[in-house]
Amino acid sequence: MGKLYTKPSLEGKLKNLNPKKETLQFLLNYSKVLHISTKGEMQFETILN
Amino acid sequence: MEKNLATDASLVRAYLQGNEASLSTLITRHQSRIYSFIYSKVYDKDVAEDIFQDTFIKVINTLKRGKYNEEGKFLPWVMRIAHNLIIDHFRKNKRMPMFENKGDFNIFSVLCDGDLNIEKQIIKDQIELDVQELIKELPEDQLEVLTMRIYKDMSFKEISENTGVSINTALGRMRYALINLRKIIEKHNLILTN
Repeated sequence: MGKLYTKPSLEGKLKNLNPKKETLQFLLNYSKVLHISTKGEMQFETILN
Repeated sequence: MEKNLATDASLVRAYLQGNEASLSTLITRHQSRIYSFIYSKVYDKDVAEDIFQDTFIKVINTLKRGKYNEEGKFLPWVMRIAHNLIIDHFRKNKRMPMFENKGDFNIFSVLCDGDLNIEKQIIKDQIELDVQELIKELPEDQLEVLTMRIYKDMSFKEISENTGVSINTALGRMRYALINLRKIIEKHNLILTN
């Protein structure tokens, strides 16, 4: 019986992969501090600290 | 619980109305699919993390600018942004390949800073000062040729024209200047190294 040389499928490995908590926290904080103001046709980005 | 049952479209609407928690729900709901998708393309956790972050920064910017066209397709839209950023990443890397430091080979072992560090610079300055003192012991004609050649960077042709001797004589004086300089260094038992 010939041996089978196979690698475990990547699908299993790729399941349940999640970004770091810090990244998520950064995004939520970024969203909270980002303020877009509109003046006429122009939009201004402000990061409120 | 109610939030988890809400559709993406209603969460986006709530977010646009200022409900920040809706964004958290949206990200939590889709983070695994989006991150896995990015990782399946780049195979690097740090890069995947960066692209994931950039993707949602774009999402947040677009939503806050009111440019998101709600068609009930939040996830495909985010996936498209992630896909575009992955392509950007590979394009950038093609122009500027990233060198990964693996355990068996360290790039810094072959790369070095060409500039002298402060200690070596001080030693070099000291040696140059010593040499300037030493050459004063050379005979006048040899000192003249050596000064013109080394400090004034003149060619032997220019030296011969300036001193009124032939090029061969100038070359000979330079040769004797160096021989004598070595003798002076030996006599004083000096070690001039950097």
